[in-house]
Amino acid sequence: MSSLRSLDRKMLRELWRLRGQLVSIGLVVASAVAMVVTMRGTYEALFAARADYYQQSRFADVWATVERAPESIASDLRDMAGVSSVSTRVSTYATLDLPWLDAPGMGLFLSIPDDGRPVLNDLHITSGRYLAPDRSQEVVVSEAFLTANDLVVGDTVRAVLNGRLQELIVVGGAISAEHSYSVPPGALYPDDERYGVFWISRSLLGPVSDLEDAFNDVALKLASGANPDAVIAELDRLLEPYGGTGAYVREDQLSFKILDDELESNRTMGTAMPVVFLGVAAFLMNLVLSRLIATQRNEIGTLKAFGYTDREVARHFLSYAVVAVGLGTVVGSLGGAWAGGAMVELYGDYFKFPVLEYELSWTLVAIAAGVSLVSAVAGSWSAVRKAVSLPPAEAMRPEPPARFSEGWMERSGLGDRLPNAARFVLRNMTRRPLRALMSSFGIAFSVAILVVGMFMFDGVELMMELQFSIVQREDLAVSFNQPVGREAELELARLDGVTRVEPYHAVPVRFRAGHRERELAITGLRSDSELRKVVSEDGLIHPIPLEGIVLSRLVAERLHLSTGDDVDVEMLVGERAEGVVQVAGIVDDLMGIGAYMELDALGRLTRQAPEISGAYLLVNEDDRARVNGELKRTPAVASVVSPDMALESFEEQLEESLLIGVFFLLGFAGVISVAVIYNGTRIALSERGRELASLRVLGFTRPEVARLLFGEQAILTLAAIPMGWALGYVLAAALAASFQSETYRIPTVVSSTTYLVAAVVTIASALASGMLVRRRLDHLDLISVLKTRE
Amino acid sequence: MTKEAIVQVHDLSKVYEMGEVRVEALRSVDLSIYEGEMMVLLGASGSGKSTLLNIIGGLDRATSGTVRYRDRDLTSADDKTLTLYRRSSVGFVFQFYNLIPSLTARENVSLVSDIAPDPMPADVALELVGLQDRLDHFPAQLSGGEQQRVAIARAVAKQPELLLCDEPTGALDAETGKLVLRVLDKVNRETGITMAIITHNVAIAAIGDRVVRMSSGEIHYIEENAVRASIDDVEW
Repeated sequence: MSSLRSLDRKMLRELWRLRGQLVSIGLVVASAVAMVVTMRGTYEALFAARADYYQQSRFADVWATVERAPESIASDLRDMAGVSSVSTRVSTYATLDLPWLDAPGMGLFLSIPDDGRPVLNDLHITSGRYLAPDRSQEVVVSEAFLTANDLVVGDTVRAVLNGRLQELIVVGGAISAEHSYSVPPGALYPDDERYGVFWISRSLLGPVSDLEDAFNDVALKLASGANPDAVIAELDRLLEPYGGTGAYVREDQLSFKILDDELESNRTMGTAMPVVFLGVAAFLMNLVLSRLIATQRNEIGTLKAFGYTDREVARHFLSYAVVAVGLGTVVGSLGGAWAGGAMVELYGDYFKFPVLEYELSWTLVAIAAGVSLVSAVAGSWSAVRKAVSLPPAEAMRPEPPARFSEGWMERSGLGDRLPNAARFVLRNMTRRPLRALMSSFGIAFSVAILVVGMFMFDGVELMMELQFSIVQREDLAVSFNQPVGREAELELARLDGVTRVEPYHAVPVRFRAGHRERELAITGLRSDSELRKVVSEDGLIHPIPLEGIVLSRLVAERLHLSTGDDVDVEMLVGERAEGVVQVAGIVDDLMGIGAYMELDALGRLTRQAPEISGAYLLVNEDDRARVNGELKRTPAVASVVSPDMALESFEEQLEESLLIGVFFLLGFAGVISVAVIYNGTRIALSERGRELASLRVLGFTRPEVARLLFGEQAILTLAAIPMGWALGYVLAAALAASFQSETYRIPTVVSSTTYLVAAVVTIASALASGMLVRRRLDHLDLISVLKTRE
Repeated sequence: MTKEAIVQVHDLSKVYEMGEVRVEALRSVDLSIYEGEMMVLLGASGSGKSTLLNIIGGLDRATSGTVRYRDRDLTSADDKTLTLYRRSSVGFVFQFYNLIPSLTARENVSLVSDIAPDPMPADVALELVGLQDRLDHFPAQLSGGEQQRVAIARAVAKQPELLLCDEPTGALDAETGKLVLRVLDKVNRETGITMAIITHNVAIAAIGDRVVRMSSGEIHYIEENAVRASIDDVEW
């Protein structure tokens, strides 16, 4: 047939007539599709980029550091069972002379073989070139450091390598999988201005580090199927005579761990949020389409009377669902692809992968569209089937007056005291309680999504508040290049302006509980420590016990330890003493993971002369900059960190990525609430249009009629708000649980501001929807009311 | 005729522009409705009787000509004024009752009397239409005739001066229809409310004081009944 059939033409006109509603349903689908395509797509892009990066750079599986091992044992390492390749190098920290800063910086210097690229952990050049084989004064520098200091290829940097000032020429900028997250020793967060990674030829770095024909750092690639535990045990045995501090696997490598945590939380967001959205979209379409089609009962009867089959009629009405989903899928895919691209670009600044590209995944589009379509068709189908099952004559007759009978409202006598308008509104709701509940539930979802979106900020804020106002109360944290005697505490105290000094000692250890192991540093603090506290997420301060150890919950859980249990501890430094310590407490802390002991108790455990690895200081505000500079110029000091700086860099890092996510959520929540409320009101208008027009004829003014129509939506919206709050809290708790990582945990706290904003945004959406419908209400056809029903 | 005209229609025309087609629904109609009378507006479908009633009731606007209610000009009134006019002066009875299903008979009546300046109590209005025993029933619990009587009670409760009924028996069987007509007759006699009843049913014409016969948008003739026929004698 060449020309359009009448039924198709009717469909096109109906689709046009219902465009507002279909567009709003389509937008919900679009949100869900976009959410899936953006969030999950971003995760997949990051995941692929990381895999690519690790493969390209031949990222190692096992790392170990030693004090000094002769290069000759490298062949023994290569011969170990389960090892496929070995890369040895020299690694050392050096002070950088950065005249444009008020204090010296620090560089991690890593050697590059003279005869080419490293076998493992290769770098990716982002600017300039690689080191030339014969020019030893050349360095390749981490890109972040170059950027932070406005350095370019050709500039020189001066570094004090083993007491000798060396002028180094920057020939290239690079990124490295090993140092995608580079933190100065002793600090918690990156400090790109003062800390960078420098790759330099081994023929220069070896001799200046007293490591000619020797190495202090080794990385291994495992053969496929090798048992990492066995390799580590063997490696530790081989390296022990040379001062090995214990080999560790990828999972304990800082950059890997951070990236893995990031990707994990991205995966959670990329999976959980789309699932929530698809669920909400499915629910909404079911709700809205079934009501929409129920209002077409007359037409369905008429079509059947003309001889159209049930199947043709059903297909006709199911087209609404198909069009809405189709529209949503197209818009959602386009929007999602755009947002995914933007998101990946943003992540690109943060993660620094050599290749990070967002690609629209048709599989994801198909999944999202499929789920939306099934739920839309299912929702429409129940309504279509109900209409189709009526004999045409009955369907064509005006619907008998809706059944109302005496209910609780009348029996309780409450009804008598209410004005008629309120009765009108309440009876309509109580007559179809399930539908009212479902509509309200739909709105509650948008409230919940808002709560979840903003809860992330609340959680992070609380986490930071705990961390930076209770846990870390020092003005400056000093760490030394290596542990020093207790007398350093007195020297620090003598500095002008320093009012309090609290030493700490961090000892790398290996915990063993049964067959479970975990490497970590024990932090020794004084029991009267004021500047550093062990604090759980509820803000409770855990005192440092005089005996025993306090563990982060995450550590205790991984080792299956509870309070009162004994845990074996092997020191990874010095004499490698072994001991047993009792778990005195488990703390639900929020940032990092830790193990804490009283300073003297830790000394007894290590069986060493009392030493400290750093100290926390209180410094008069006016003296802070000076003390900071003075300390940074002290050779024994590895780093000086102020919590303010740390807070800033942490906030910057976290909030940018959060902000984008929240921006999406707000938009989507708005779409959902407008879709539910607008459709609910539109449908209510088509269901009650005749009643309302009658009332207009009888002399009701427009505002009076509007009150009757919007009263119900207002009650549904108001009822949805507390429901949405509760739902939001549950979702937030689930999300927080899935966000547990070793870097940080987000506590389930929802601030009253979040609740308030969620409510306000929802009410605003409701008002906006009301205004959209109000125009139609104002133009009710009063005359048609006097006529027979169509 | 000694009675005062409460509605005066002069040279009234209504043209519907439906795309490229012009439909002249009313052509230069002149008509007065007198205080207290029961007027029957008779005509076939499409004769213009509903259009005339709609304009008189303030639901539609004329293309030309004037409609005056008492000393007010409805033709130039704005939407607000027309709403106020419907609210205080005119009652409507629809063919399909148009009751609010979620409200009981009494509440349906009071819904309208609530907004009227000088209403009669809902119970009284319902007693007038013989529904004093069905006050708390919902529309779904009432027969068609009962529903229409609730609609009449709703229309008269605000004590309008003018009651406009569009095919009030159109959806009812003969017996029930008569019952409804009897109620309208009674209301007219007992309250003195002026009534205009639209019908295409010639048999009903006899119960009015005057019969206005319309066709093709024009008044064909106006006939005065010397005596209003008893409703028992009406047959259709």
